Amino acid sequence: MNTIAGLCGYIVVILLAIYTLYCFTVFRRKDREKQNKIFAKQKMCMFLMHFICNVLLFVVDFDSRIIMLYGIELIFFLCIMKLYEIIYRGLSKLVLNNIVLLSMVGLIMLKRIKVEYAARQLVFIVAGLAVCLLVPLIIKKFRYFGRFGWQYGFIGIIILGALLVVGVEKYGAKNWLSIGGILIQPLEFVKIIFVFAIAALLAGRPSFKKIVAITAMAAAHVLILVLEKDLGGALLYFLTYLVILVVSTGNVLYLVAGLFAGGTASVLAYRLFAHVRRRVLAWRDPWANVDDAGYQIAHSLFAIGTGGWFGMGLGRGIPKIIPVVESDYIFSAICEELGGIFGICLIMVYVSCFIMVSNISIKIDNLFYKFTALGLGIMFMFQVFLSIGGVTKLIPSTGVTLPLISYGGSSVISTILTFSIIQGMYVLYGSEVDKADEAKEKAHEGE
Amino acid sequence: MKQRKKRMKENRNIAIASYLCLIIFVALIGNLIYFLASDNSVILSNAYNSKRQDLLAQGTVKGSVLSEDGQVLAETITDKKGNEHRYYPYKNMYAHAVGYVDNGKMGVERDYNYYMLRCNSNPLITALNEIKGVKNKGDNIVTNLNSKVQKAAYDALGNRKGAVIALNPDNGKILAMVSRPDYDPNTISKDWKSLIEDKYDESRLLNRATQGLYPPGSTFKLVTLLEYIRENGGGDAFSYKCSGKDVINGTTIKCYKSKKHGEEDIKKAFAKSCNCAFANIGASLNLDQMNSFARTLLFNEDIDYQFEYKKSSFNLSSKSDNDEVVQTVIGQGKTMISPLHNALLAGMIANGGYLVTPSLVDRVETAEDKRVVRTFKQKEKVNVLTENQVRIASECMKETVKSGTATSLAGKKYEAAGKTGSAEFDKSGASHAWFIGYAEYEGKKIAVSIIVEGAGTGSDYAVPVAGKIFDAYY
Repeated sequence: MNTIAGLCGYIVVILLAIYTLYCFTVFRRKDREKQNKIFAKQKMCMFLMHFICNVLLFVVDFDSRIIMLYGIELIFFLCIMKLYEIIYRGLSKLVLNNIVLLSMVGLIMLKRIKVEYAARQLVFIVAGLAVCLLVPLIIKKFRYFGRFGWQYGFIGIIILGALLVVGVEKYGAKNWLSIGGILIQPLEFVKIIFVFAIAALLAGRPSFKKIVAITAMAAAHVLILVLEKDLGGALLYFLTYLVILVVSTGNVLYLVAGLFAGGTASVLAYRLFAHVRRRVLAWRDPWANVDDAGYQIAHSLFAIGTGGWFGMGLGRGIPKIIPVVESDYIFSAICEELGGIFGICLIMVYVSCFIMVSNISIKIDNLFYKFTALGLGIMFMFQVFLSIGGVTKLIPSTGVTLPLISYGGSSVISTILTFSIIQGMYVLYGSEVDKADEAKEKAHEGE
Repeated sequence: MKQRKKRMKENRNIAIASYLCLIIFVALIGNLIYFLASDNSVILSNAYNSKRQDLLAQGTVKGSVLSEDGQVLAETITDKKGNEHRYYPYKNMYAHAVGYVDNGKMGVERDYNYYMLRCNSNPLITALNEIKGVKNKGDNIVTNLNSKVQKAAYDALGNRKGAVIALNPDNGKILAMVSRPDYDPNTISKDWKSLIEDKYDESRLLNRATQGLYPPGSTFKLVTLLEYIRENGGGDAFSYKCSGKDVINGTTIKCYKSKKHGEEDIKKAFAKSCNCAFANIGASLNLDQMNSFARTLLFNEDIDYQFEYKKSSFNLSSKSDNDEVVQTVIGQGKTMISPLHNALLAGMIANGGYLVTPSLVDRVETAEDKRVVRTFKQKEKVNVLTENQVRIASECMKETVKSGTATSLAGKKYEAAGKTGSAEFDKSGASHAWFIGYAEYEGKKIAVSIIVEGAGTGSDYAVPVAGKIFDAYY
């Protein structure tokens, strides 16, 4: 029995490895037909993996809810993928596959940690993906999205500022809103509005004076986040703004100035705030205070180290001794039970999402949509970096969730919304230009 | 057309930005691969990882703790019903050195638990065992403890309270570590309540060898001597006439039993442990310099020792009052030292002036074919003394054996050297007996530090213990 379970563990790793490989080899195929074949193979890999993992989970304690949830998930994922392909005609199937795969991995791990988490997460995913079927329609209807840069910025600051007053503190950051007992993190949605704001404003080719004003608006976001003790959030907003600013203006001086300002701010934050120092110290030497500040990161490393390359096997580790393992530290739990190779593959899947988004951004002609796609992609990518970097002790932990995998409605829904917006913009404004471009390029080559 | 060109510029920027961003992912993956590929047993053996270690224990029978000469100090025995328990064949003898597993883990049993739960035997056989459902035998931990030396030390200390540390002065390997009173790790669960209650104030669980802090008594004269040589470039100029009693800056100092030592050079003053002479030496020293010298000898500093220990303390400066100064330089002030630290100081004279890192555990071996899996590396030893200091101090310590307070160690096949001490710890005049020293024979060295609590003089109670250890070793 154990041997079979062990073998299945290897198969799961291999399936994800093949899936990941396809994520990158697909770029080499120009032919749509061949690409579609690869996407179909990817689908097979992920549904097979999903199946095996659920069986493995089921045999651990024969909880019938696992089978029930699996059934719902299977039907839902199959249907929603079909629906997306219909409504988002010409969408990036790679991004769609990746989103479903990452959601699956999240559900598997949450099921292993606590079945209730998985059930609730599934509700969020269903709600998110279902609602987002409307996104292309909205983008098409409202053609003037790009005109309200300042308004977006204003709304963002109002929401974040309001949190300072009415926000509820959780995990040390005061950025949660309690509505009828349900905790939501508005920050996750402000992220998107923030990207709209800077994309809209920077797409208007602002003068230097205006850039100063825009920067002040972005800085206000970051400052409020720092006051709410959400360092990860502050970093995300800051880095995203910086990248979009430099890309839109093409001025490297902004990058230098931005990095200088960011560096100075970090040093200041380290000096001023005890909670920042605490995290940095826990990062530099978690072993010196394992029972206190270093506890989480030490246990995260224990988990990853004990798991090794191939993991302890689903249900055979003890991820639950890491505090908030279902959220910020879920990557450690994945590495512990499914293995380091599995973890590395996941990172590659995130990378492929990002490459795809940056491709889409290049293909979109409208500057507002172009910068929005890029901004959302950059925001997403840095979030993955901060999250995984934090739990693997590459950087100090900043308390950021792992998109689509970590437990949490706000995080999951906002990520789905992010990708739906990107896909929507792509199918509406990307593909046409794309074809025109290709035609032109061919013409050029002909000359 | 202009519009298109503009977009090309932006697209180029996007591509550059994206590539730059990919670099951080390379770092992310690189870091993870590095962590997984590097040997992280040091991390995983952390005592805080005990729950995951227990997980490993399900598939392996925990390995044994062995002495340097192959004796089993702790092993796991499986009874007919398949129940496992930890067995300590020597009962109390290695209690503090090896530790225990019930009622929370301690010592080698705790810090090397992880290694003993891993199995590095032939992977084919282990895989086969896994399929058959047979537990693999975990790797063994080989300590530096020598069963002959440990037994001699343990028996010599007898039923007295106290501690013994014996180590190889050249590499810091701990050959014996005894602390008494002790406990039987086999029955620690049963005895736990009385051990914790500690009705007779015995602190049986405390490892006196590393965690016990004692006034150093006359063994501290070694430090005073070294500082004197350092400040005066040697000891030849020293001479003193002892009349058994002296008044230094208003403080009266007496020698033991007011014995008159008469005319003394530095060697005689040291060998006879003359309080008057050393109080005079101390009064002449630059105390700020002495304080920093004591620091290099690891007073008030951390010792690089992986298990629990207490830091020694020494505090004298130019601001200290006279009485405190003369008391402290002969080892009677507020100074406190652990037997482990004192052994390092004795070893430092034996090895030519180096402070070594004390080490209890040498290596991990596979259970079946005794293949070395890993050896625990030691830090480089640090030179803290000049040749002159070493030479004069060793002459003085040898003189102690030849004509001073440790003459019972003379006339053996090995050459011994040392310093006794009788540290008064309360007003009644009761004292702890100290001996620190070393012996050498055909290049083989051993350094010892012995304390016998409340026994009397070092000569009467600590030196004989050293003698038995040396006899057992050579």
